[in-house]
Order: sequence, then C-alpha cells, then structure tokens
Amino acid sequence: MMSDLTKLTLAGARDALKAKEITSVELTGAYLKAMEAATELNAYVTVTADKALEMAKASDAKLAKGEGGTLEGIPLGIKDLFATKGVLTTACSHILDGFVPPYESTVTSNLWRDGAVMLGKLNNDEFAMGSSNETSFYGPVVNPWRRNGDTTKLVPGGSSGGSSSAVSARLCLAATATDTGGSIRQPAAFTGTVGIKPTYGRCSRWGVVAFASSLDQAGPITRDVRDAAIMLGSMAGYDEKDSTSVNQPVPDYEAALGKGIKGLRVGIPKEYRVDGMNAEIDALWTRGIEWLKAAGAEIVDVSLPNTKYALPTYYIVAPAEASSNLARYDGVRYGLRVEGKDITDMYEKTRAAGFGAEVRRRVLIGTYVLSAGYYDAYYLKAQQVRTLIARDFADAYRSCDVLLTPTAPSAAFGIGEKTSDPLSMYLNDVFTVTVNLAGLPGISVPAGLSSEGLPLGLQLIGKTFDEETLLRAAFALEQAAEFTAEPKTWWTA
Amino acid sequence: MSVDQNTVRRIAKLARIAVREDELPALAGELNTILDWVEMLAEVDTQGVEPMTSAVAMTMKMRDDVVTSGNHQQDVTGNAPASEDGFYVVPRVVE
Repeated sequence: MMSDLTKLTLAGARDALKAKEITSVELTGAYLKAMEAATELNAYVTVTADKALEMAKASDAKLAKGEGGTLEGIPLGIKDLFATKGVLTTACSHILDGFVPPYESTVTSNLWRDGAVMLGKLNNDEFAMGSSNETSFYGPVVNPWRRNGDTTKLVPGGSSGGSSSAVSARLCLAATATDTGGSIRQPAAFTGTVGIKPTYGRCSRWGVVAFASSLDQAGPITRDVRDAAIMLGSMAGYDEKDSTSVNQPVPDYEAALGKGIKGLRVGIPKEYRVDGMNAEIDALWTRGIEWLKAAGAEIVDVSLPNTKYALPTYYIVAPAEASSNLARYDGVRYGLRVEGKDITDMYEKTRAAGFGAEVRRRVLIGTYVLSAGYYDAYYLKAQQVRTLIARDFADAYRSCDVLLTPTAPSAAFGIGEKTSDPLSMYLNDVFTVTVNLAGLPGISVPAGLSSEGLPLGLQLIGKTFDEETLLRAAFALEQAAEFTAEPKTWWTA
Repeated sequence: MSVDQNTVRRIAKLARIAVREDELPALAGELNTILDWVEMLAEVDTQGVEPMTSAVAMTMKMRDDVVTSGNHQQDVTGNAPASEDGFYVVPRVVE
C-alpha cells in the first residue's frame, strides 16, 4: 500500500529501492500525498512537487540500471535556510520576500549529487533565531505530538521546527537542518527524532543563510541513528568556498555503528544537574547512564565549571555576529524594499518592515555590544569566556570519550506559552549551546516519554571530528532506549 | 550598564532599523533584561585569557588572488527590487 511507504526508514527505503522492490516515484508520491494532508502542521513553506517527481524519475532510471548514489531516490525536506537554485529561499523572513537563488548551497548540492530528491522547503524560525519555530514569518509549525488526552498545539522546537515536525510526522524521509545554539538537537528531542550537529567545519556553510558564522553548522534530522549517519556522510565534506570548512576525509559513518561501546568512557558533567531541574529529565538522564553502563561503557564523573556562563556568552556572540551578517539586507540587492525619502530612510524602513520582533531584538543587542566603548566589555569578554568553556571540554576529554547529558530542560511546550518572555525561551538551549561555543559535535537521541506522553531526548557530545565514536555511542543508546512510540495521526483531514 | 531610550534610538540608527518613538520604552526594557543577565560574565576571571577566534583549531588558508568566477551580472542583479542595465537602482545619493 502506498501509505505504508512512509513507514520505511531512510536505510530501509534505500535498500528497497536498490532491490527494486519499490520505485522512487512511488515513494516520492507517497510523501507528496502525506504532505498535502498535513498542511495543518505548517511544516513546509514551499512544496516542489513537480521537481520532486522529475528527480524521482531520473533516480528510477539510474536505479533500474543498477546505478545511483548513496541516497538515490530518497525524498528529503530542506530547511529554508539552504539556498536552492531556482527555488524560493527566504529563511522564513519577510525581508527575503521572493528571493530565488541563482546558486545551490554546497550541502544540498552534495545531497543531489548522491541522488536525493527534494520534496520542498521546510519552515524555520526567522533566520534560525528561535527555539520554538514561532518567529517564522510564515507562522508557527505544529508538533505532531500532543499531550495525552489533550489537543493543545505544541511547538516542534526550533529553529529547525519544520524539519523536526516533518520527519516526525513522516512528511519526508529525513531533513536538513542547522544548529547555532541547539537548533537541530532541541527540535529532535521535542519530536522523538534524531538530530546531529557535526563538528564546526565538517559541513560547508556556503549557501546557508548566515546567522552567527562562528557557531552555525548544518546537520540532519532523521528517524534513527543509522539514517543520521547516512545523511551526514553525504552532507559533510571539504569545500573550498567555505574558508572554515575543514579538509579531512569523510569516514563511512554507517560502518561505525554496531561496533559496541565496551570500554567507552562516558563522562557525566555534574554542572548539567541544574537547580530546579525537571525530575523527569533527571530520571531519564539516570536511566541513560544505566543503559550505557549495561552496554559496557565506563561512567566517569567530569566537571565543566564554566557551563553556567555559556548562555550569556552565546547571547553576546550570536547577536553580535548576526547584526553583522544581517547588515546585507538593505532593500538593494534582494528581497523586500520599502521606499523612503532618501537611501538611509529606505534602509531603515525596509529593515523595520522586513525583520520580525526577535530578529530586531538580536540585531539591536548585537549592534550595542559591538558599538564603540562597549566592544571590550561585552564581545571581547564573551570571546574570552568562550575560550574557558572550550578548555573545560578539553580537560574533560582527558578522562572520557563522550559526554552524556539531557538535550533540553523540558518536553515540548504549548504554542504561545513562552513568546512573551525572551529569557525563558533562551533557557531552552542551556544544555546544547556549550557544544556550539566549543565547536564540538553533538547528537540528540529519543530516549523516553514524559508522563504526559511527550518524547524526551538525551544528548551525547563528542570530541572534535570524532563523529564516528559519537554515532557509535548514539546507536548503543538508541538500542537500549528502544524508543518506538509514534505520534497519533490527528492532523490528516 | 543599562540602556535608556536615547541609547536605543542611537543603536537603532546604527543598525538602520526605523523604530517608532512609542516602541522605545518597551524595547529599552527588553534590551536591559538581556543585558542585565549577560552581566554575570563580569564575575569570570579572564585575566590573560586569549579570546576565542576560531571554533576549531585551524589556520586560515590563503588562496591565490585570482578571479575564479565571473560574468554573472544577470544572476547577481536578478533578485534586486530595482535594477537597470545590470546595475542596482537606489534613491539618489549625490545631489
């Protein structure tokens, strides 16, 4: 049956395509149908049905001849932060109205090179600034999960909320996403999916709409750890067009899975046991420790003493870089223009109309901390604390190979619950943001359900460019957690 | 350090974002909440600590200073709200 095709994992679909049990046109058609029935989730901002079917046909022709790449015929959703040639790309901001890039981002180029099929562009927080996908110009994304016996609409996390919602609701086999402070891992935790943020420099940032350049990194959101390994293998790689892209060979990540974790040293950072911690999250973390121990890992207590300074550091560094990156939106070269009495008036009116409240707030903060007389007190200080945070990790990794922590401080919350208080929204990233500041890889794995029936995730953090060990540990965690719950399909018409 | 309405007006001008007078009090409040919170970094001893300028230890590569791509004038101006003969059109800046 057509609808059953969306139940396959990426690895399962790949194998079925290679074995000619299914065709990419059938698989792609099943997803397009599911997407059409799920408009209430608002996960997609642009659907590229014709392009998808065209790509699927081309894949089928290759598969029929026994040819094709590692993702041949696999339908994917693409976060709207990735420039896609000839396809509207807005970063879900009003200021990029009508922008159709004449070029393709390196990460999506890699996916198409390997045979993947594009279903459409996924919703996200405006310029990836948000933790709930509520700052999108195109409206909030809805989480397919709901609390037991409750129809309250919940957020899918952010900023990659379209990606997490679509993967969870089976509106694509996997999705691209980006993570500046937790934007892959927190939405994955909120939707029972897997999200990996690779080491800074592993995936090219070329053609990804820039938010905070020293923190931004692309990665996938997928159904399981194996799918994450396959997607990352295609997305990653050196790119001379990104000067911070690192020239190191991409290992076979999938081959790293299933090797077991006997003797692996798993660090438990005591500073992550924060004041007033949610008891369910704490209990899940303890269960995770027990699972890894039972799988043969050695548990090591470690300390990351500067953890509590990570969020304030982030909220100086990220807005500072954002204010600089977003200076390019001036109503001259692309997107929205609001006419004014002179050129400065045009800039000011365009940017006032084009940026949403959260983006404006961050641009103003960033402009302030970089302004004359304040640079040393804020930006320089934050960059120094960032060094201390990275040093904490380096010290911890002297006695362990990976770290285990919760991904987010709570399960998914209701739409509108936190929008009036920016600080409480920022606290969502308390466990994830340290990883971006230190440039490390991190992965969220679904590990259980809350008492209200919502998915909760655990995060593993790895050493620089050691995604193989990270994925191996994540695979072991996934096997122990046996997370098989799925959201009930309430959104179909 | 806290910002008053004049400071917000000045920052908004620097950021080239038009802000209405009646938005200033609320914006000043929001910015101060965030700035008060990041103020906790003051307690960290950073004497002699090098600021982190690269997320991953690496030396920036130098490339040859040569043209590697070009002749894309139509592509480059294709998304402009206003363009003419392959140039961007902006309000008059020279009287």
